[in-house]
Amino acid sequence: MEIQTQTIKKETKVATKRMTGAEAVIRCLLAEGVDLIYGYPGGAIMPVYDELYKFQDQLHHVLTRHEQGATHAAQGYARASGKVGVAVATSGPGATNFVTGIADAQIDSTPMVCITGQVGSHLLGSDAFQETDIIGISTPITKWNHQVTKAEDIPTVLAKAFYIAKSGRPGPVLIDITKDAQFGELDFAYEKCKGIRSYLPVPETNPESIKEAAELINNAKKPMIVFGQGVILGEAEEELKSFIEKSGIPSAWTILGLSALPTAHPLNVGMVGMHGNYGPNKLTNECDVLLAIGMRFDDRVTGNLETYAKQAKVVHFEIDPAEVDKNVKADVAVMGNVKNTLAQMLPLIQPNSYDAWLQEFKDYDKIEFEKVIKEELYPSKEGLSMGEVLRGINEETKGDAIIVSDVGQHQMIACRYAEFNKTKSNVTSGGLGTMGFALPAAIGAKMGAPEREVVTIIGDGGYQMTIQELGTIFQTRVPVKIVVLNNDFLGMVRQWQQLFFDKRYASTEMVNPDFITIAKGYHIKAKRVTKREDLQEAISEMIASDQPYFLEVCVEKENNVFPMIPTGASVSDIRLE
Amino acid sequence: MEKENFTISVYTENNIGLLNRISAIFLKRHINLDSMTASQSEIKDVFRFTIAVKVTEEQVKKIVGQIEKQIEVIKAFYHKEEDIIYQETALFKVDSKLLFEERQIQNVIKNSNANIVTVTPEFFVIEKTGRRREVEALYCKLEPYGLMQFVRSGRIAVTKDKMDISKILESFGEEAV
Repeated sequence: MEIQTQTIKKETKVATKRMTGAEAVIRCLLAEGVDLIYGYPGGAIMPVYDELYKFQDQLHHVLTRHEQGATHAAQGYARASGKVGVAVATSGPGATNFVTGIADAQIDSTPMVCITGQVGSHLLGSDAFQETDIIGISTPITKWNHQVTKAEDIPTVLAKAFYIAKSGRPGPVLIDITKDAQFGELDFAYEKCKGIRSYLPVPETNPESIKEAAELINNAKKPMIVFGQGVILGEAEEELKSFIEKSGIPSAWTILGLSALPTAHPLNVGMVGMHGNYGPNKLTNECDVLLAIGMRFDDRVTGNLETYAKQAKVVHFEIDPAEVDKNVKADVAVMGNVKNTLAQMLPLIQPNSYDAWLQEFKDYDKIEFEKVIKEELYPSKEGLSMGEVLRGINEETKGDAIIVSDVGQHQMIACRYAEFNKTKSNVTSGGLGTMGFALPAAIGAKMGAPEREVVTIIGDGGYQMTIQELGTIFQTRVPVKIVVLNNDFLGMVRQWQQLFFDKRYASTEMVNPDFITIAKGYHIKAKRVTKREDLQEAISEMIASDQPYFLEVCVEKENNVFPMIPTGASVSDIRLE
Repeated sequence: MEKENFTISVYTENNIGLLNRISAIFLKRHINLDSMTASQSEIKDVFRFTIAVKVTEEQVKKIVGQIEKQIEVIKAFYHKEEDIIYQETALFKVDSKLLFEERQIQNVIKNSNANIVTVTPEFFVIEKTGRRREVEALYCKLEPYGLMQFVRSGRIAVTKDKMDISKILESFGEEAV
């Protein structure tokens, strides 16, 4: 089958060079500005690896210890740098090991290009050794995927892959290249993709929608903003800040919107959603205008949709038309990149402040502090809390670090309590909730932003899902700081068992190995903290180190994360205990 | 919201794998298709899927949004029954003996505006094109005589009104390589 998708381009004469498909893959990556890729070799991708060997001075390859690690590292790289992450694997099991990372990147809109080798095209469909239908498997979890069976198609397809991954609402793209296409020859010329006729990355903004939204905002008595990752992906942090400051609107964030606005900003009122802050959840059901900026009303944000912000006029700033009215009906949908739409809104917005309304958030903050936060950050009990570890990290990093969190209780604690001054600082698996994400993602984040401190917070469960990536850290000496908050439980599941399953702790208690010995096996400096008095010094030593560092903190076994909106409950039914 | 019969028209590039991508959108939502057909459209190199499905209007809106989001989908529309002209085709394979032994069968064929497309000493084949209920009516009449084979195509439909697609497609002529 020919590649029939029509690329929009003007005809120009470009000088060509004869080479193999495998070399073309490398030259395409270089032409896209890629200098770092993650991967794992194997039979069907060997021609590409052979070329990598020749290009190693220009294109650095990081050998992860599992293909899943390569995808998460590429995701971490993309999230911290804003660039497209690239992961490479062989056919069959190499390709299927990509699945979790691809699904994660799809649901969290992370730009990633995955390249897999495939058996020779004459073997397709014959159940050949390491043949798997990765196109079929990855179809529902990719923004686009394509199988290349001819060397001459490689440049066009890879150009499209990068264009699709990065433009509009970003996402993962998988390109499967048969071995004969890698060995085959072509006349190479590379042109970046500038457009695809069937694909409109950013929808047009209707000027009327801007006016309508401005009118709603200017007449609002109790407006509230909830912003999401769209702000970070659209690089609209400055526009958001100007908009918030001029309009004076209290602003909350989703887990993936975190760090787009500094934690200390006076109008930052905290996190919405299941384990978010008390005020923004309660007041979602009291605001009169809800401005959703680059967020998609995930069920973990909204709780029961039947009782979500029913009193409010909803203005949805969105780049993806399929998200409008998907979960929450928008009274006004402002389509486009929020960087542009917020800038267009700004002159139409009257300067304002909502002191009494903002005070309501502060009043709820006080209640939450007394009932939850105080004990979490300054525990009266002997056992260490996860919150005080985050407090200790904040003290050392001063809010300048990238925090990479895994999935579970520690993730919620990290997102609730970590302080951020800079954008692109919160890397976590939001939509898919992938345990095992953090360790490889931290490797990618550090390589994507080498000048920044990267601290990864992981639970003892998730850590062991991708613990083999310690090998990657050992081999590359990438100086990530690993903090395992060990409660010897799959804590979040245990919390649910305690609250909703009468404390029947089915398969949540973990008998853990000696993590220090394991880290030492990889020659990574390691320390365990079990007492409060040793905590700050250990964190300080870890942050001061210019080497990879592993810190295990043994925390209270049966602490719970609060506040909490039970599944199916309304946001305003958020519980403090 | 009540479930209704909707017809979805999807204009796409002619790409391998796109059928999978579109059907996965229904699979993910546990929605069974009544039928799906794919063919060349009125525009060169542009394919057209016609999908018949029984869902609520809210569901069909979201489905169309998800379909249109796919990179190689040019445009997707949904239509209510009254907005379209639609047809299905059925083939009935019947034992030739019946033509002579059961005289009534000839009247059935005549009265239902069906065509005999082939006759052999062993069997003959009747073709009927029409709306679902017309095809079903003929099925009910022929079924008692015994059918050797029966097959019905998916729905194909054209809209009464012009679809916005025309302008988009016309512009392709100029821009695409």
